[in-house]
Amino acid sequence: MSGQPRAVSDPLPGSPAAGAAADPTDREQHVWEVLEKVPDPEIPVLSIVDLGIVRHVWQQADGRVRVGLTPTYSGCPATELIRTMVRAALDSAGFAAAILEEVLSPPWSSDWLTAAGRSKLRAFGIAPPEEAVASPRRLWQAAAVSCPRCGSRQTERLSEFGSTPCKAHYRCGECREPFDYFKCL
Amino acid sequence: MSATEPQDSLRAGGTALEVARLRYVLRLGDTSLVLGQRLGAWIGHAPALEEELALANLALDFVGQARLLLGYAGELEGAGRDEDALAFLRDAPEFLNLTLAEQPNGDFAHTIVRQWLLDNWQLEVYQALSSSADTRLAAIAAKAVKETRYHHRFSSGWLIRLGDGTAESRQRVQRALDELWRFTDELFTPDEVDERARAAGIAPALPELAARWSARIEQELRAATLQRPAAQPYPWHGKRGAHSEHLGHMLAEMQHLPRTYPGARW
Repeated sequence: MSGQPRAVSDPLPGSPAAGAAADPTDREQHVWEVLEKVPDPEIPVLSIVDLGIVRHVWQQADGRVRVGLTPTYSGCPATELIRTMVRAALDSAGFAAAILEEVLSPPWSSDWLTAAGRSKLRAFGIAPPEEAVASPRRLWQAAAVSCPRCGSRQTERLSEFGSTPCKAHYRCGECREPFDYFKCL
Repeated sequence: MSATEPQDSLRAGGTALEVARLRYVLRLGDTSLVLGQRLGAWIGHAPALEEELALANLALDFVGQARLLLGYAGELEGAGRDEDALAFLRDAPEFLNLTLAEQPNGDFAHTIVRQWLLDNWQLEVYQALSSSADTRLAAIAAKAVKETRYHHRFSSGWLIRLGDGTAESRQRVQRALDELWRFTDELFTPDEVDERARAAGIAPALPELAARWSARIEQELRAATLQRPAAQPYPWHGKRGAHSEHLGHMLAEMQHLPRTYPGARW
């Protein structure tokens, strides 16, 4: 558990709370492209950019690049592995001096999954979060989840918790296939 | 065990507010850690696969919260202890978790009642802490409260199913409630650490949270057709380092490996 980055709680440039960011520099753009190739270790069809956990990429005056990552769930075991993979990808792309920092605020939301990410999830057989509003109210309503295979909304929840912190387990009433549902958070 | 003054070294150095802030963060972090460890012990023993997954997922969230909180506590302490050192190299009197969190798992009903009482407590505390003057704590709480809502949906759902279930499940869950209720007084009884943290805008006023907690407990007990036990004030002071006999045994198991093989790595 050692080597955890210091948490940063203030909204940083590039985070949603900070409003529109300045146009990325070429180097920043390059870093984003590198990060788009880093897969989520649990759901490898998604990149960490699709997942919405890269919170910012910006270049300091001294040329070093800062990359902000946020965990999905507090205890997600993939967090550390993702950090290692990002470090390796940046190293091999020539950004060995990049600074990785953990961003906790605002907390990650499944609303930050990109549209591309949602399509990739569905194609992979995982139902994406049903509504782009991860509110406490949504949590309590039994939102109809569409089957990622046949599209039927006749589905039932088998288990609130699944194989990773971010998923629940469902079954389709029409095609009878079980599937994972990416939970709203 | 009597409510003796904690025997830890945390009083050394620092202003009264610094000491209170550190102790307050440790209480939150230790409560999450101890509860996470307890829940993890269900792996391989839960009544059904779905419940096993649920309890393991909860455990993971709590250990994750503990890591964030104890990491912060280590920085506040400034003595070079990280979250691992705080988790694995402190003895029971230095742990500041709520006494309720360390109670043994018992049967599934027992675990559910313990979880449900603490989920309701966490919902109030983390919600309030999301606007703490301590921005680091606020960030950790704002993240945790989203997870807690899932935990609470799980525990309250089971409380209702067991309470309004068979004669056997009802009897077991009522018994668990009767046994664990005496530890709830500690949840909202402020001491000087809570007071100082509240005065500095770090922590919420516990009596206000207590009223909301109690109202929701009442409502959910009614849905579960369970009887609320009578108030049982009892001098439990886990958050001051005076624990029930169960914590030491749990720590012996949890800390065995890093203490026997210092510096062991995966």
